[in-house]
Amino acid sequence: MSEKTYLQAISDGLRTEMRRDHRVFVLGEDVGVYGGAFKVTLGFQEEFGSWRVIDAPLSETAIVAGATGAAMMGLRPVAEMQFADFVSCAWDHLVTVAAKQRWRAGTPVPIVLRLPSGGGFSGGPFHSQNPESSFAHIPGLKCVCPATPEDAKGLMISAIEDPNPVLFFEHKHLYRRIKGEVPDERYTTPIGKARIHAEGDDVSVITWGAMVYTAEEAAKMVDASVEIVDLRTVMPWDKQAVLDSVRKTSKVLVLHEDTRTGGFGGEIAATIAEEAFEDLDAPVKRVTAPDSPVPFSPVLEKAFIPQADGVAKALKELISY
Amino acid sequence: MATNTAVDVVMPQMGVSVSEGTITKWSKNVGDTIEADETLLEISTDKVDTEVPSPASGVVSEILVQEGETVEVGTVLARIGGEHSAAAAPPPPEPATQPAAEEAAAAATEGQEATPEPEPPAQPAQPAVPGNGKAFVSPVVARIAAEHGIDPSQVPGTGTGGRVTKKDIVAFVESGAAQPQAPAPAAAPQPAPTQAPPPASPPTAAPVPAAAGTSAEPQAPRPTPVGAQGETLEPMSAMRRGIAEHMRRSLDTSAHVTSAIEVDMTRVVQIREKLKKEYQSAYGVNPTYLAFIARATVETLRDYPWVNGELRGDQIVTRNYVNLGFAVELADGKGLIVPNLKNAETLNLLGMAKGIADVARRARDKQLTPDDVAGGSFTITNPGGYGTFHGTPVISQPQAGILGTYAIVKRPWVITDGNGADAIAIRSMMNLTLTYDHRLVDGAYAGRFLRDLRERLQGWSETDY
Repeated sequence: MSEKTYLQAISDGLRTEMRRDHRVFVLGEDVGVYGGAFKVTLGFQEEFGSWRVIDAPLSETAIVAGATGAAMMGLRPVAEMQFADFVSCAWDHLVTVAAKQRWRAGTPVPIVLRLPSGGGFSGGPFHSQNPESSFAHIPGLKCVCPATPEDAKGLMISAIEDPNPVLFFEHKHLYRRIKGEVPDERYTTPIGKARIHAEGDDVSVITWGAMVYTAEEAAKMVDASVEIVDLRTVMPWDKQAVLDSVRKTSKVLVLHEDTRTGGFGGEIAATIAEEAFEDLDAPVKRVTAPDSPVPFSPVLEKAFIPQADGVAKALKELISY
Repeated sequence: MATNTAVDVVMPQMGVSVSEGTITKWSKNVGDTIEADETLLEISTDKVDTEVPSPASGVVSEILVQEGETVEVGTVLARIGGEHSAAAAPPPPEPATQPAAEEAAAAATEGQEATPEPEPPAQPAQPAVPGNGKAFVSPVVARIAAEHGIDPSQVPGTGTGGRVTKKDIVAFVESGAAQPQAPAPAAAPQPAPTQAPPPASPPTAAPVPAAAGTSAEPQAPRPTPVGAQGETLEPMSAMRRGIAEHMRRSLDTSAHVTSAIEVDMTRVVQIREKLKKEYQSAYGVNPTYLAFIARATVETLRDYPWVNGELRGDQIVTRNYVNLGFAVELADGKGLIVPNLKNAETLNLLGMAKGIADVARRARDKQLTPDDVAGGSFTITNPGGYGTFHGTPVISQPQAGILGTYAIVKRPWVITDGNGADAIAIRSMMNLTLTYDHRLVDGAYAGRFLRDLRERLQGWSETDY
């Protein structure tokens, strides 16, 4: 056990698997000599060599397509997008080929795409998005969104082990800010299982990624017992954990950093309405970013990304309903 | 004048007997700006289809009843201006400035009856009760209440506007305050000691005693008809339900008998041809055959007051006026409405033609007022436009008769000339039917009415108006 940042935990998980399994390799823009845009693979090329830590040309299409081909030939590629936003360049290979190959031909495609996502740095519209709901909508893809260092390492190892394409949404705002105890040995965190970040009785917050911490901060601002459910995985998502929490508190806030319309929160709210209607004591509430591209301006970006005081306000409305 | 406090828009009372209405169309959306008296929505009742004007200027802050829904008179449909919070209880109405809200409060208090004098506004002591008189019960509270046989309105509420929260009802249950209510009295006399089959009547909706456990089913849901393959089901409109109820009730009330007569309309056809140009250029109105017939009918009714009368309990009502109704098919073919011309006995041919055109247009444009459809004393229905030559219309209650007019067709007809010689001529012939309530009107009386009506039409002189 040792204290690691979220970023170090991702790096640790990846290194653990590369040491254990020679089929695992990484590729991406500047992942080798430079050590990755955020230095997740710093020192990897020295340890594993340039054949397993491949600096790819500036083409997300080529990276995802190459990873898909390698996976079909039996390897376990972990591809990095410098920013999650740019995965859209590889949409066709990811959505049309990788996600469907198992259904078309029975061939597993065990790729992991590392997708640094989220805002909070004035990165503007191209470097701040949280596109998980777009991919959660594609059958055949898995989407994981760890919030803690421990989960980041455990989910990285699970993602590499998984025979399906897994999108690993790592939140940039957590990279160096969040530290935690991480086991040194190899372990896995199950894909599709939520974690109760904080137990409570009065109101539930269903969230994931960086918003777990926003919810935690907001919970301190209200005079009530707030349960925070960290989904950890958006697809598949832990419906049972959410419904259990709803049945306990009867009041639910769904919180995500992604924009509102078509965001995954809508799916969660709909499921609660369908399966736990008779347990509700208030309308299911959503707090999300508004339906707009992410603004550059720090002031506007702060207004865009859900903040603790806004979440606290929504919690108060639910509590007093 | 824009408003700071929200003004409620309520389902209006469209006539004394109207208890509910259906929203057919919202002309504005939430967030739209509206001027006072500008059309906000269209409604359909069993009496009229009409537009509802906004009671105030401002922004439409809430729309509470969606298109297609049917709600009781007095139900708050929308709010103009004020706070946008749906959870906030409406402020107590101020009599001087909020007539609409006051009407809502009065209508909610008084139920379905129109109140000429607005009642004092509802006491603001119970803000949890919205305009429809029902407090909101959340799903989980409803479930716990059903499981424990509790009436949620007996539980002190601490939520927004006094709403009963889950915590409130759980505390109520745990405090032991919930007393299971007495079971409903047995529907049948002493049930047999053996396992008798359940009574045929459905169980009443009495709350289930707590001792009965949580598995008891609530009231059996009403079975919804299911369409077979190839069938399409659609809900009845308010107007269609109104027509269905009225037609059935009329046949159950009046002793319908229909008599028919053939009328030589040749003179009317000739006179109409002459008047047509003049009426259209001078007055912009078409002197229709219906106007001639209506004019002659009003004259004839003067001599046959019972045809223009009504049976009211043991009394026979006759009148010194004729409020002449006309059955108007709506443009979409999905209903009909019977507006009437008040004091039709005061109208000459031109007035009659204008009046008929006006009510027909307003009926099709959904511009009728409740007064237009109330108080008719006799009705004319005109299915002849499609070539039908006979029919047996249903009386519009509580009237005593309805005149049917049919297609005017040229037919060979035996006439007697001035010398008493018979000849076959080509004449414009029309059938008229009088359907009358035989409880009040006898066959001979009806026959004389039709005869006199025929004589008036056949003997129409150019100087008759």
